[in-house]
Amino acid sequence: MTLAPNATSPISHIVTTSVETNQPGRSAWKAVTTPFRAVSRPLSITLSVLVWGAVIGGWFALTYSGAVKEMFLPRPESVLSTTISMALDGSLWEHVLASVQVVLIGFVISSIVAVPLGLTMGTYRIVQAALDPLVNFIRYLPVTSFVPLFILWIGIGIEQRVAVIIFGIFFQQLVMIADSARSVQRDLVNAAYTLGTKRGDTVFHIVFPATLPNVLDVLRVTMGWAWTYLVVAELVAARSGLGYISLKAMRGFQVDVIFMAIAMIGILGLCTDQLFRGIRRLVAPWTN
Amino acid sequence: MDALTLATKPKSSDIAIDNVVLRYGKGDNAVLALDGISFHVVPNEFCVIVGPSGCGKSSLLYLVAGLEERTGGMISVGGKPVTEPGPDRGMVFQAYTLFPWLTVAQNVEYGPKRKGMSAAERRAIVEHFLHEVGLAKFANHYPSQLSGGMKQRVAIARALANDPQVLLMDEPFGALDSQTRHSMQKLLLRIWDHSKKTVLFVTHDIDEAILLADRVLVMSGRPGQIKKEIRVSLPRPRSMDLVMEPNFIAMKREILDLLKNDEDEEH
Ligand SMILES: Nc1ncnc2c1ncn2[C@@H]1O[C@H](COP(=O)(O)OP(=O)(O)OP(=O)(O)O)[C@@H](O)[C@H]1O
Ligand SMILES: [Mg+2]
Repeated sequence: MTLAPNATSPISHIVTTSVETNQPGRSAWKAVTTPFRAVSRPLSITLSVLVWGAVIGGWFALTYSGAVKEMFLPRPESVLSTTISMALDGSLWEHVLASVQVVLIGFVISSIVAVPLGLTMGTYRIVQAALDPLVNFIRYLPVTSFVPLFILWIGIGIEQRVAVIIFGIFFQQLVMIADSARSVQRDLVNAAYTLGTKRGDTVFHIVFPATLPNVLDVLRVTMGWAWTYLVVAELVAARSGLGYISLKAMRGFQVDVIFMAIAMIGILGLCTDQLFRGIRRLVAPWTN
Repeated sequence: MDALTLATKPKSSDIAIDNVVLRYGKGDNAVLALDGISFHVVPNEFCVIVGPSGCGKSSLLYLVAGLEERTGGMISVGGKPVTEPGPDRGMVFQAYTLFPWLTVAQNVEYGPKRKGMSAAERRAIVEHFLHEVGLAKFANHYPSQLSGGMKQRVAIARALANDPQVLLMDEPFGALDSQTRHSMQKLLLRIWDHSKKTVLFVTHDIDEAILLADRVLVMSGRPGQIKKEIRVSLPRPRSMDLVMEPNFIAMKREILDLLKNDEDEEH
């Protein structure tokens, strides 16, 4: 239990421990204000519950005090009862399923191409030279402005929504994955060569495993963006999905339904985020 | 056990460096790192290079490894001109270069695996070399769980497990404290004694150079050239106590003077 992470000499160790035992309260404060220092699991759970409690408590306070009209901000329990009734009649699941389907298809197609292409782009300067200017141009085009074009080109079916998601995340994935491939430590590749790795195997044997934790983080982050673009796609042209029901609810001033849809997306996002963290722990155990 | 006898069978090559020139960059920004350097390392020899910082020691090793392209001259290892990196020239880098995604054992078996050896053969090799560097208990650890000295020991085991004919070592113990350093030097000498590889070893620690070497090459400042070669004929096996001996001290003084002259010339 040393406070300074680099205090390895025996003397500094003795000094810090004596400080700890003499002033336990102060050392606990020092511990939690030390940059990058881990906090205990109970403490971190307590803190996150407290923050959630504050947000929901604030919501209750705003609605019950009448500070905000219910037309703009529904009461928490009416959102809950709407959720329950839509869950019971099955319509909620139908919309959730429709949205999840679009996000997953778009995300998987985009990732399957972006990961190998990004790694190749980051490894081979010639591929980078060819693609970089184009990719960086497209990357800055607003996805929303392409929605009408997509409708014109591919109609208003599920393909259109999938296309919006792919367009929204593919180029970002590509750039971020290429960046992490480019930053692979050069001597790691050199060491591999001196151990008999062929030039053509470098991407698969070295660049891919070296960047795997980064790639998984990129996928996790862009999964979140996929949900954002889903709503954009569903707001414009869809007959089902969480974005679609919020738009429909807005026309009928059903603010509670909008809230429910937003909360559902949040929960689904949280779930996929945890899923990705779990996958990362499983396939990249060396980073734990 | 066949693989093991194969891996430890004495086998080494000579290194011939002839009038090698290395220039980094082009035009006004060009840096002449090595200017016409020549020497010859015989099979089984332990050859140590010392020289001021930036004189091109690392560059020289990278050239022999085939990781850098020479501007002029000739390098051959075992009579074969060096054109690209290959498993016949193992290298231990100054920076830590263990593959972080592989365990200690997987790191050591990386080379044998590329050669297409069977799992049983590889297991025997890994066991042998991890035992040799005293890390058998850490076979299933990841590099991030090891100390600096342990990482370099794995790196040495990894290079040796691939059975290279030449071992290139770029200040492999540079980042270690003096105690760990001494035990690593002993370990290296013991391994070298029965594997009988040709070793080209770079260091800036003069004690280390004399203690390890059959021959010390002293380089001048940039552009790097061989200033002097000093044959170390101290009997082997050598112990740390040698640093007190008069002829050790005499050699040390000679090398220090050579390096000091160089500094003076620069100023
Ligand atoms: N990739 C590079 N591009 C341009 N110049 C380089 C490059 N690598 C090395 N140099 C230059 O070449 C010279 C020799 O570098 P090198 O790394 O071989 O020196 P060194 O003798 O190993 O030094 P040290 O003892 O500090 O490790 C240095 O002056 C350095 O500035
Ligand atoms: Mg160097």
